Amino acid sequence: MENVYENKMKLEFLSKSSNEAFARITVASFASQLDPNIEEISDIKTAVSEAVTNSIIHGYEDKIGIIKVECTLFANSIEIQISDNGKGIENIEKAKEPLYTTKPELERSGMGFTIMENFMDELKIESVVGIGTKITMKKVINN
Amino acid sequence: MKVTYNEKDKLLKIEITEEIDHHSSEKIRTRADFEIQKYIPKKLVMDFENVNFMDSAGIGMILGRYKMITMFGGTMGMINVHSSVKKVFEMSGITKIIPIIEEIGGTEIGKCV
Ligand SMILES: Nc1ncnc2c1ncn2[C@@H]1O[C@H](COP(=O)(O)OP(=O)(O)OP(=O)(O)O)[C@@H](O)[C@H]1O
Ligand SMILES: [Mg+2]
Repeated sequence: MENVYENKMKLEFLSKSSNEAFARITVASFASQLDPNIEEISDIKTAVSEAVTNSIIHGYEDKIGIIKVECTLFANSIEIQISDNGKGIENIEKAKEPLYTTKPELERSGMGFTIMENFMDELKIESVVGIGTKITMKKVINN
Repeated sequence: MKVTYNEKDKLLKIEITEEIDHHSSEKIRTRADFEIQKYIPKKLVMDFENVNFMDSAGIGMILGRYKMITMFGGTMGMINVHSSVKKVFEMSGITKIIPIIEEIGGTEIGKCV
């Protein structure tokens, strides 16, 4: 039954840092329909925060753009897509490496993708330089 | 943020009282650096009792303060770290250099902070 979705929602907001908390809290609250435990909710919030922050600081840098978040609930899982129309990632394999960051001067640690990969069950990164980046993550909820 | 300084032990405790993300970390960093430079403590303890959320921005923020305190010859530890925050720290390996301690003033802190 995994391919039959049970519910869906979409968010669009400006790439302002004050929206980081808004995005993770909204997604967590939508995911709560699947009755996740505290650790699962916290994993989802962290992964969403990572992807949204990346769109703000790397995708759009100092410019203001639009970030889209789409969530689909299945019987036993949630799929979250976070996308921007920012500058894109040149080398996805390199970007995924732990401790790799292009912004060390901002005290970034290069752990974002490692956290997304470990806290969620699936992570897909699609990116085209000059066009944008789309992150798709899935988490199984064993309710 | 709540700041307490113990002159006798030259111990500065910074209690963070909000979620730590990219948005909040800038403000936390500015205030923490101000306090570190004001007291130049021998020991710095970051208290996470009231931190219920932290993403990778917290790793960078804590490492940055660690660099500053070691520059002044001090040491640093973290206390009252909730499991969700701990999970983020442990992923990065940062707790190998900045230990999570059980209590301030105990044998633990003598060893690592
Ligand atoms: N949406 C995006 N648009 C453009 N580049 C991105 C995007 N997301 C990630 N990147 C690139 O991938 C690198 C790695 O991202 P990752 O989240 O793992 O680390 P970071 O953001 O640099 O540091 P941290 O997340 O630990 O604070 C970034 O430094 C950046 O170069
Ligand atoms: Mg990141």
